[in-house]
Amino acid sequence: MTPSASLVAFRYGYGLPLAAGAPAHVVDMLAALAGPDQMAIRFPIVTQSWLSGRAQALTGAKKRMKFDPAAQAEFDAITAEVKAATDAALRATLARAIDTADGFRERLVAFWADHFTVAAFGQENGASSYTFVEDAIRPHLNGPFADLLIAATRHPAMLAFLDQTRSVGPTSASGLKKGLGLNENFARELLELHTLGISAAYSQTDVRQLAELLTGLAYDDRRGAYFDARRAEPGAETVLGKTYAGRGEAPVLQVLTDLAHHPETARHMARKLAVHFLSDTPDPAAVDAMAQAWIDSGGDLSKVYSALLSHPAAWAETLAKARQPFDFITAAFKALGLTGADVLAMPEKLFKACVIQALHDMGQRWKAPPGPDGWPEDIATWITPQGMTRRIDWAMRWPAQLTPKLPHPTSLAQRALGDRASPTLLWAAERAENLAEGVGIVLAAPEFNRR
Amino acid sequence: MLNRRGLLRGLGAIGCSAAAHPFLTSITLAGTAGGRSLGEGRLVVIILRGGLDGLDMVQPTGDAALALLRPSLVQAERIDLDGFFGMHAGLSGLHPLWQAGEMAFVHATSTPYRDKRSHFAGQDLLEAGTGGDVPIDQVRDGWLNRLLQVVPGLVTETAFAVGHQEMRILRGPAEVRQWSPETQMDLSPQARLLLEQVYHDDPLFQAAIVEALALSEDDTMMAGRQNGGGKSGEVDRIADFVADRLRQETRIAAFSLGGWDTHKRQGKTLGGALSRLERVILRLRGQLGTDVWGKTTVLAMTEFGRTVAENGSGGTDHGTAGAMLVAGGAIRGGKVYGQWPGLAEADLFGRRDLMPTSDVRGWAAHAMRGLYGLDVGLLETSVFPGLQMGDNPGLIL
Repeated sequence: MTPSASLVAFRYGYGLPLAAGAPAHVVDMLAALAGPDQMAIRFPIVTQSWLSGRAQALTGAKKRMKFDPAAQAEFDAITAEVKAATDAALRATLARAIDTADGFRERLVAFWADHFTVAAFGQENGASSYTFVEDAIRPHLNGPFADLLIAATRHPAMLAFLDQTRSVGPTSASGLKKGLGLNENFARELLELHTLGISAAYSQTDVRQLAELLTGLAYDDRRGAYFDARRAEPGAETVLGKTYAGRGEAPVLQVLTDLAHHPETARHMARKLAVHFLSDTPDPAAVDAMAQAWIDSGGDLSKVYSALLSHPAAWAETLAKARQPFDFITAAFKALGLTGADVLAMPEKLFKACVIQALHDMGQRWKAPPGPDGWPEDIATWITPQGMTRRIDWAMRWPAQLTPKLPHPTSLAQRALGDRASPTLLWAAERAENLAEGVGIVLAAPEFNRR
Repeated sequence: MLNRRGLLRGLGAIGCSAAAHPFLTSITLAGTAGGRSLGEGRLVVIILRGGLDGLDMVQPTGDAALALLRPSLVQAERIDLDGFFGMHAGLSGLHPLWQAGEMAFVHATSTPYRDKRSHFAGQDLLEAGTGGDVPIDQVRDGWLNRLLQVVPGLVTETAFAVGHQEMRILRGPAEVRQWSPETQMDLSPQARLLLEQVYHDDPLFQAAIVEALALSEDDTMMAGRQNGGGKSGEVDRIADFVADRLRQETRIAAFSLGGWDTHKRQGKTLGGALSRLERVILRLRGQLGTDVWGKTTVLAMTEFGRTVAENGSGGTDHGTAGAMLVAGGAIRGGKVYGQWPGLAEADLFGRRDLMPTSDVRGWAAHAMRGLYGLDVGLLETSVFPGLQMGDNPGLIL
């Protein structure tokens, strides 16, 4: 089918205007997703192997500090290098979203990065929340969910965020020696948030058993992800009635694969995708179709996306969701004609004020969501008096700083909203008393803030 | 009971930093080393963006048609100027300047722009442009840029009044764009009105915005804002900044004030905008000192006037001719300049607007000629292309 360009752009991308070569048909959207990740190449972001290398160098410098006077400078240089890479990663994330012709891919990256939330603590981990997206999310966006789940579960950012690094089998070698025990946090969130969902039929015993299974998962800057037999709780565990036995990581990978295929996971994730893209109260038929595609394909995400985009609810005219602050700023940059290169070249002070501080002000402090369940989805959370005050403020204040010449509000409305600009908005845009306010009114309008 | 508004206020006074930046302005400055090639005269051009209602600022009370056309807008408390015109009470603080011959008005003047009544197209004709210090792709054309071609050695620069940072004095090109006064202001009346319309049919957005606007209108918040320097502080900072530069080598400064697009409840909203204008002028006068003020001409001009008749919501809509305010020690004040066209229906432009009897750019051109001795031919071709300056109206002493 051929949906309207504005629906493709708003519901499945970062808005109008669509980049040259943007897919116009569902089949092309899916094909683009199956193709190469061009934005990752054009705007590179550091990976975990790089970060681990820096972490090792940092550890080395720290050790030498007592006797080597040059070590402090080396330490500081590495810290600054990691900080710079982290700062650059946000710019690259924005640049990808702005320049891409494959907006659906970037939106899915954001969706899955939020689904598998890893919040940032401190500089080094701040960088790891980006390497998490590069290593775990982007390469596994369009394949089996099990692959995505396993990659996310094994990533050091996740292990640290959900306290898996603190969880030790009570009767493992390490546990017995140091008197350490389980931390259930990761196991619980894995069932509740990442797979089955809160309404599924699992028990505290399942959580406990899964926590025991996960105990061997470990990460080391030198070795990468590995299975630490000394920390792993010995013996078989039973999760959801199935017993997982065996040595090493194999039972962990098996339980993750089973969870990925589970019908409750299929329903949970189908609904979550539908809520994210369609509506806070999505058409149950669309959710059913996606869940069925999940079950039939063993969790092949490309089949699930296909079921989503093939359903009539996917192309309902009414935009029932709110652009979250990051989406709002990205869409505004696009609308004002900024490119990814412009974002990379933006002066530091300006970028901090109109992106980082603005995200914070609008209620989406970057990489610091309120909990492991990520950012709230419902439109009413984002469209509030405070939130809209901030958006209006942004819309009136920053465009004049971001572009050499403000666009005429009416042409901006046409460019950024296409057929979605209401007659009232076009009327109002024409009557603002100056260009800055006219532009502000267009960007503050409901049409621009819904998706 | 702690209601929702009370709660929001408690959460850090969101309304104070409230919505928006309506009076967004850039300040363009021009001067030469030691002021040599321009001499000692100072020119301040204030663009009143949004369409000032000249008929309310300077009311032709001697014209019997006025009260019939504007039953709710004609106020009793106006200040008589010359028996025929009365000045809006919002400018009462400027009356001493009028009496001292340091203030004048020009009535029934407008840009050569006609018919479509678009703010943007109208403002284009008054645009000063940016200084030469901004990156080349950000240079915007305007009369001050074009003056560069006419005055040898003239240097222009731009300061943008945007952002949260503390005000900084310009030291060089790199820092020029970082200057910024307070930005804690509420929306201009027109932006508020338009946003109310834009949100009207979307209940979720409408509910949010009604609350946000109510919060920013809250009287206690306004008082707090004034104490905190908000709106009046903003105006003072612009005036102080400009005055500081004019005391040095700057000879020409241009900036804008917003808040003039009074489609609704003009009786309540225009006074505030006029008070800001009054405040800027008085502050400039104070900060410049007697000597420099004596060499200064301030021109406050707008892109168009407003309809002669008031509309159905106690306001006025976009019109054609309006009025200009002139102040300074360098002018021949105490007079309403311009040929008065009358308010009879046959005398109106398009049967609805005050008929323009002069080109507002002509007054600026004559001021530049009077202050700097610039050549008429250059002013008519390079600075204000297409302008016919006509006879010297004698505005400059």
